Amino acid sequence: MTYLAKPKLHHPALARNALGLTRRDYEGAISTLCAGCGHDSISAALIQACFELGIAPHRVAKLSGIGCSSKTPTYFLGNSHGFNSVHGRMPSVLTGAALANRDLIYIGVSGDGDSASIGLGQFAHALRRGVDMVYIVENNGVYGLTKGQFSATADKGSKSKRGAVNHDEPIDLVVLALALGASFVARSFSGDKAQLVPLLKAALCHKGAAFLDVVSPCVAFNNHPGSTKSYDYVREHNEAVNRLDFMPERDPIAVDLEPGSVRDVVLHDGGTLRLRKLDGDYDPSDRVRAMAYLEAHRAAGEVVTGLLYADPGARDLHEALETVAAPLNSLGDADLVPGSAALDAINASLR
Amino acid sequence: MDARVNDFVVKFANINGSGSASANGLFARSILRMGIPVAARNIFPSNIQGLPTWYEVRVTEAGWRGRRGGVDFAVAMNPQTWDKDVAEIDAGGYLFFDSTRPLPPSKFRADVTALGVPLTELCNAQYTDSRQRQLFKNIIYLGALSAFLDIDPGEIERLLAEQYRGKDALLEPNRRALALGRAHVLDRFECPLPLRVERRDRVGKRIFVDGNSAAALGAVYGGATVAAWYPITPSSSLAEGFAKWCRKLRTDAAAGKRRYAIVQAEDELASIGMVIGAAWNGARAFTATSGPGISLMQEFLGLAYFAEIPAVLFDVQRGSPSTGMPTRTQQADLVACAYASHGDTKHVLLFPEDPRECFELGALAFDVADRLQTPVFVMMDLDIGMQDWLIEPFTWDDSRRMDRGKVMSAAELEAGRDFGRYLDVDGDGIPYRTWPGTHPTRGSFFTRGTTKDRYARYTEEGTAYVDNVQRLLRKFDGARAWLPKPEVADADEPTDAGVIWFGSTGAAMAEALDELARQGVHLDRMRIRAFPFHDSVAEFVAAHRHVFVVEQNRDAQLRMLLVNECGIDPARIVSVLHYDGTPITERFITREIAEHAQLLGLGSGEGAAAGSRPPIRRAS
Repeated sequence: MTYLAKPKLHHPALARNALGLTRRDYEGAISTLCAGCGHDSISAALIQACFELGIAPHRVAKLSGIGCSSKTPTYFLGNSHGFNSVHGRMPSVLTGAALANRDLIYIGVSGDGDSASIGLGQFAHALRRGVDMVYIVENNGVYGLTKGQFSATADKGSKSKRGAVNHDEPIDLVVLALALGASFVARSFSGDKAQLVPLLKAALCHKGAAFLDVVSPCVAFNNHPGSTKSYDYVREHNEAVNRLDFMPERDPIAVDLEPGSVRDVVLHDGGTLRLRKLDGDYDPSDRVRAMAYLEAHRAAGEVVTGLLYADPGARDLHEALETVAAPLNSLGDADLVPGSAALDAINASLR
Repeated sequence: MDARVNDFVVKFANINGSGSASANGLFARSILRMGIPVAARNIFPSNIQGLPTWYEVRVTEAGWRGRRGGVDFAVAMNPQTWDKDVAEIDAGGYLFFDSTRPLPPSKFRADVTALGVPLTELCNAQYTDSRQRQLFKNIIYLGALSAFLDIDPGEIERLLAEQYRGKDALLEPNRRALALGRAHVLDRFECPLPLRVERRDRVGKRIFVDGNSAAALGAVYGGATVAAWYPITPSSSLAEGFAKWCRKLRTDAAAGKRRYAIVQAEDELASIGMVIGAAWNGARAFTATSGPGISLMQEFLGLAYFAEIPAVLFDVQRGSPSTGMPTRTQQADLVACAYASHGDTKHVLLFPEDPRECFELGALAFDVADRLQTPVFVMMDLDIGMQDWLIEPFTWDDSRRMDRGKVMSAAELEAGRDFGRYLDVDGDGIPYRTWPGTHPTRGSFFTRGTTKDRYARYTEEGTAYVDNVQRLLRKFDGARAWLPKPEVADADEPTDAGVIWFGSTGAAMAEALDELARQGVHLDRMRIRAFPFHDSVAEFVAAHRHVFVVEQNRDAQLRMLLVNECGIDPARIVSVLHYDGTPITERFITREIAEHAQLLGLGSGEGAAAGSRPPIRRAS
């Protein structure tokens, strides 16, 4: 019931972050999704990540498309502006917003129907442009709001709640994101908060297009035997390549490349990703091998999760467009309107 | 024939991609430099190379801006269209052609003077490179025409010098080619022809510019910082023009950084999505497109209307529906834009009549969009957008400031001012908005296309929905009072008939009214500049027994809007419709209205039977 305000009672002992805010200050309205929906866990992870990073909530803009996942921006960061736009078109609206004000943090929330079907084109182009954003697909393999039709990420051979078998090949958004040039790519599971929160924190600090595919079971329509997006299936087939600890402090940390141990990646803003490797062969700086790895494991029915690729030196769209440092929406008449003298010169050149 | 000085139509028939555009442009500009107004139009195919293309230059000391109709001097450089080009010449006119290869007498007309110049032969004797042969052939015919029509070759040389400033290697051969053609004609023909130009001082400070460049400049002066677009004829040069002006006018001298962002999007859906996102976030943003793009933007336009987001769209209209006639002009997107999207929607339209108004209304559109927090369409067309028009110079008032409309600031929020995103505080239907990131705890809201209450909270309550859409209507209706007002003028003599038009039709209209008055048909006139219509529009119709509405589409779309929005009896309106893709001409308007006037008994004192519905006349 989004129109019901949450009680604003704070426990006096609630932990406070660097801004003096509690976790409650990062919450939104009460969710109207089904009890047990994976999407609510993702909202909770976003609240946790923003709280821990000490992000000022009003400096975040939340954008989404249409669908269950796209409803969730109402349920976190209540002091942020949000925009629930058009089905499959969140990426373009977010791109425009990011062009207008480069100083905000942009979180785009989408679903598998929103991004892999109707919005596949916009998904692709926002990533290849390097829009500075965190793009989250809350991936449950079905259309929830329209009651359980397969989406384009549903695995071939998986069964719907009514027993229909999906005969189409699935679209793996992570592999697409890698091919399209996203500079931070991860997959996680809504049921694994310990993995998801550090990944979100790292993505929020990444400059450039960060993409997270979060498998998020639909308890109403896709959590049954025969589904490959159910809690049970994902828990059984989750193949994490690494575990991430995110450290926003700027202290340099020695890189340790010993297989099976730890690898540090220094981010653009000086923060560090510390990866505890679970698969000694996996190298998240090698985009091409990452794609081959993902394809091989998908063929084996595994759901590969973790930080799959990161390029900490990536450029973003504003760098490519060479825009001024000040947000474009802050420029006034003196910055934008050339005036009558310039116009006279233009007139003279047109005779 | 009689001497005709500074009043004739020259039509060049060329092959696309042959480099003729440059020579033809020089032809028009050299006459302008002689102080004689011209009205020039490119008639081109959807093609890069090989198909026929025409360039029509009307030399008009009187300064008429529209097409007259008819051709006095044909430059027939395209064998594919020869027969049609020759047939089009008015009796007593001239046919200029390449006489290198002999043509049978059947290819000529007895009532048209043939002027053969062996262009290919002259060119091949001079140049060996095939591309040079093609390009300089155009300059050779320009030299030949300068002799026939008495164009001052010094003006052409000066234009060439400006064009090739610092590139002497290119300038010299151009000058040689010009002299070659000119000398050949002066030696062999009696020059000039009775049809010729004579230096005047009738151009003054006027400038020669296309509407897309002008609209793009308007966007710069209007404070636009974000442009998102997808290439589509005839609007592409508007977006490219914005990039060109911004490089010049909006780049930080020291750091080379840009005070603008332009994205060539993946399609029109993404273009308008980016515009909406940027505008939601406080930047002035626009897209430029044409009919098919407008179709693709429909869903987003409903969102922008309902979520109240300012957006500016330049619709450079072309021949439609479907792919239609991509390189021909029409005014056929009125209804599609006025009521764009599903559900009950209405949008603001502005109708520039020429490039000067493309600049002015282009800049104004951003103020209108911000004030009303809604999409605003600048309804151009190919004829205005892609043709060079002779217009009064652009002007700008340096005391003018951007009107960002009702945006609540951090200070106002901090002071405790009540903020409801959809709350009608001032009774004009226009609520306050906040930009993301304004205040840590106040003023944030959730923007959505679904229904909401006055405080932007999701609700499906019918009363809240009705309350909201009624306010949208109040907002829209309120705009009619302050949007650009129609231009009205009375006929020289009292009359019970009037005429209404908008946009590029005005170019031929002024001249047609002059001619009609000469024939005894007197019409009061109104040029509409904005939708929703000013109250004076309905009053104008009510004040006249018959009102002609002249427009460039099949279905009388302005008439539809007039009837629908002003409650006008359709029988009072006689439509004059031109929609073959070419710009409407003075001759067409004059003929159509004169015929109707006779049927209706205008000017003779005998009106048509009261209540009878006049037929809608359409161009054949």
